[in-house]
Formats: sequence, structure tokens, C-alpha cells
Amino acid sequence: MQTVKIVVTGPFNAGKTEFISSVSEIEVVSTEQKITDGAQVVKAQTTVAMDFGRITVDDDLVLYVFGTPGQKRFDFMWDILSEGMLGFVVLVDSARPETFREAKMILDRFRSYSPTPYVIAANKQDMENAWPPEDLRIALRAPSNTKVLSCVATDRQSVKNVLLELLYSILE
Amino acid sequence: MALKGNLKDFNVTQLFNLVNLARKTGALTIEGRDKRAEVCFKEGRLVYASLNGQERGLIGMLEKAGKISSEQSRVIRARSRSNADKELGLLLINAGYVTQEDIVRSVRAHTLDVVYVLFTWTDGSFVFEPNKLPSEGAITVPINLENIIMEGSRRVKEYEMLQNELPDLDLALKFTERPDSRLRDINLTVEEWRVISFINPRNTIRQIAKANSMSDFKIRRIVYGLLSAGLVDLFIPEELKKVATASEAVSAPPPVKRSLILRLIDKVKRM
Repeated sequence: MQTVKIVVTGPFNAGKTEFISSVSEIEVVSTEQKITDGAQVVKAQTTVAMDFGRITVDDDLVLYVFGTPGQKRFDFMWDILSEGMLGFVVLVDSARPETFREAKMILDRFRSYSPTPYVIAANKQDMENAWPPEDLRIALRAPSNTKVLSCVATDRQSVKNVLLELLYSILE
Repeated sequence: MALKGNLKDFNVTQLFNLVNLARKTGALTIEGRDKRAEVCFKEGRLVYASLNGQERGLIGMLEKAGKISSEQSRVIRARSRSNADKELGLLLINAGYVTQEDIVRSVRAHTLDVVYVLFTWTDGSFVFEPNKLPSEGAITVPINLENIIMEGSRRVKEYEMLQNELPDLDLALKFTERPDSRLRDINLTVEEWRVISFINPRNTIRQIAKANSMSDFKIRRIVYGLLSAGLVDLFIPEELKKVATASEAVSAPPPVKRSLILRLIDKVKRM
């Protein structure tokens, strides 16, 4: 049995757990804990170690989808999770420009690990205040050849599209 | 769809960079405690700016620019029946008070005065409303944003912000591949030209600073300006790539077969 992995990263509350839940065939193994600091006003629970989803291709091949913890104090996990990944998705909450700086920092950090293919998913495009993907590209200073994709992490079809685009990038 | 945010998270330089690169048309409104500004753009160029508490009308702009006296200003205001600057401008030209060039220069100077004030704002909410333009009667003078962004970045005083925007000085610079990049139309300082002259795939930002005896703060500020004006891009220099590749030999996954990726694609499609 061969296993391969994709990592989903992004700032706190970008929607990583929902993203993985939308496509995982198992209930996402999520290590969520009650938030004890100021971030509580944004959401009640956060991922402290990792989210973990699975897509079984056939008897010989399984794709694991790992989500990194969003809060910066758990960033030591990023190096561990990124080891050996096929590619990664940077998920950004398009409706919260206050997180763009952190998203850019995460993007730069992951790009520095290795020249692994990646895509940027502009999440929460169903929200009224969402910045369009092309504006997000400029805000994050993403290169023109980087895919910045529209995404709604709770919509399975939308998440599938992001995964497919990442896989096409790996294929290139 | 309106873009909303706060200058604490996305500053004026970044907003102007976004408008410039995306060639946007619309109105940017910034509001803070006791302050409000409206700036309009057409196809990525600044066309109008107003600040609350400042004279908005043409008469005030001409007086500020010294094109008419305060007495003339008082008389024109008393006699003027129109509030529309375009109409008023035509009347003033026909009456021989000012020339068209005087009006264009005065409006341009006023617009620049307003936007340079905005670069000092570090807090306040903003809304960008696409396709909204100033009223029909307003005089608009299109101004390229690259020079404004460069001038704005010269006024940056916060080292922390520059460090956040440009954390790694071991990257190299290259000229942007945008076909409409207009380096020749930009007013650069001697120090900025020095940095430009060292742009080369082999030179990191740190090496450029060293060659020009520039402090970290100075080189970051110049590069930040060039980046924000869309003149240069960052990239990892070849030497650094080689080092990274060598160190990744242990952790990188073995090359994945094309057939495996095709199986994954097929699976995701069928889900």
C-alpha cells in the first residue's frame, strides 16, 4: 500500500478543517481544543496539532490530507507536516484582510521548504465581503503563474476543484 | 463587490498597489476618527481626491496654488451660480482669469497633496467601491500611480512594517515582466537608481545594500517602494536554490510517478 500526502495550510480560522471534512471519506481526525486566548471571539475551537483526512484511491493507493494548526504558536508542526508532501494548498479567508499578512508569511515559509507545487485557495467566496481571487493574488504578492482559486470550503465540489488544480500543477 | 478592511492590516501603499496592478476603476473611501478621504481611480490611474476639512472646490485649489488672489476668490464665489467645477473652470478661462494649464496644475497639486497625507494614516477603515467615480461636474486629472507609490514609500518610518513586508534580504530582484511597466516615466532618487543599477539575478538585496553602503532600513524602504510600484519582483537566487536543493535531499519525497498522479486525479473527479 502506497500513501501520499497533501498539506492544507493557512491562517487561523481560514477554514482548513472544513476544507478537509468536505472531501475526506473518514470523519476528520481533528485535534481541536477550546481556545483560551483572545482568538475566542473569532471561533470557539482551533486545531492544535493537525487535521487528518483520507481519500482511498484503490487497494494500493491512499491520499492523506493534513491540515496544519492555524495559530502561530503551533508553527513548529508545519515543518513536520510538510515533510514528504506532494504539494500544498494555502487557504485564505478572503473576507478577512487582517489575515492576509499572515497568509503571505505562511506561503513564504512553505515555499522555502522545497520547490513543491502549491495553489492558493481564496476561501469564503460566498461571503459578501470576500476579496476576489485576483485581488488576493496582488495582496499576497503571489507570482503570476501561481493558481489563485475561488473556494468555498464547505462545498465539496469547490474543494474538489482546488484539489484537482493542485494535482494538475504537480503533473506539470 | 466592495473591498473592505482596515489600514492597520492593508495600508495605503498596498491599496494603491492593488489599484495600479489590477487597473481598477472606483472610489476608495477611508474613514478614521475625525477624518475622511475619498480617492477615485480610473483604469488604475488616480483621478480625484478629497479630504474632509480641506477645500474641495476649484476656486480654493486655484487660490492655494496662487493662481488667483483671495479677493478674486471672494468675488468669483459671490458671482458664481454653478457649483460644478468644470463649468466654473470654463467661465474662468473665458474670462481670462486663468489658463487651462493653470487649472490642470492646480487640481493635480491638490490631488497629490491629499494622497500624500493619506500615506501618513496608519489606522482607519476603508471601502473600495468598484466603478464609482466623482460627480459629473468634478474636474479629473489622471495621474499614474507608480510615482505616487514611490513617493509614499519614501515617507515610511516604521521599520517593523518594512520587515514584515520584506522579511528576507537574501532574495534577489528582477524587473517585472508586465509589459506596461513604465520605468522610464518614474522619478527616482539617486539612491533608488543605484539599487536599480545593481538588479541582477546574482545579487541578493543584502549584497546590493552592502555595495551601496545602505542600512537595512534604507534598502528595505527602497525595495518596498519598487515592489509596491510594480517595478520589480522578488525571486530566490540560483545559488540559494542549489543550497536548498542539496539540503532537501533527505526530506524531499522520492519522485512521484505520473501514473500515480493521474490515478489521484481520476479518483478526485469521481468523488
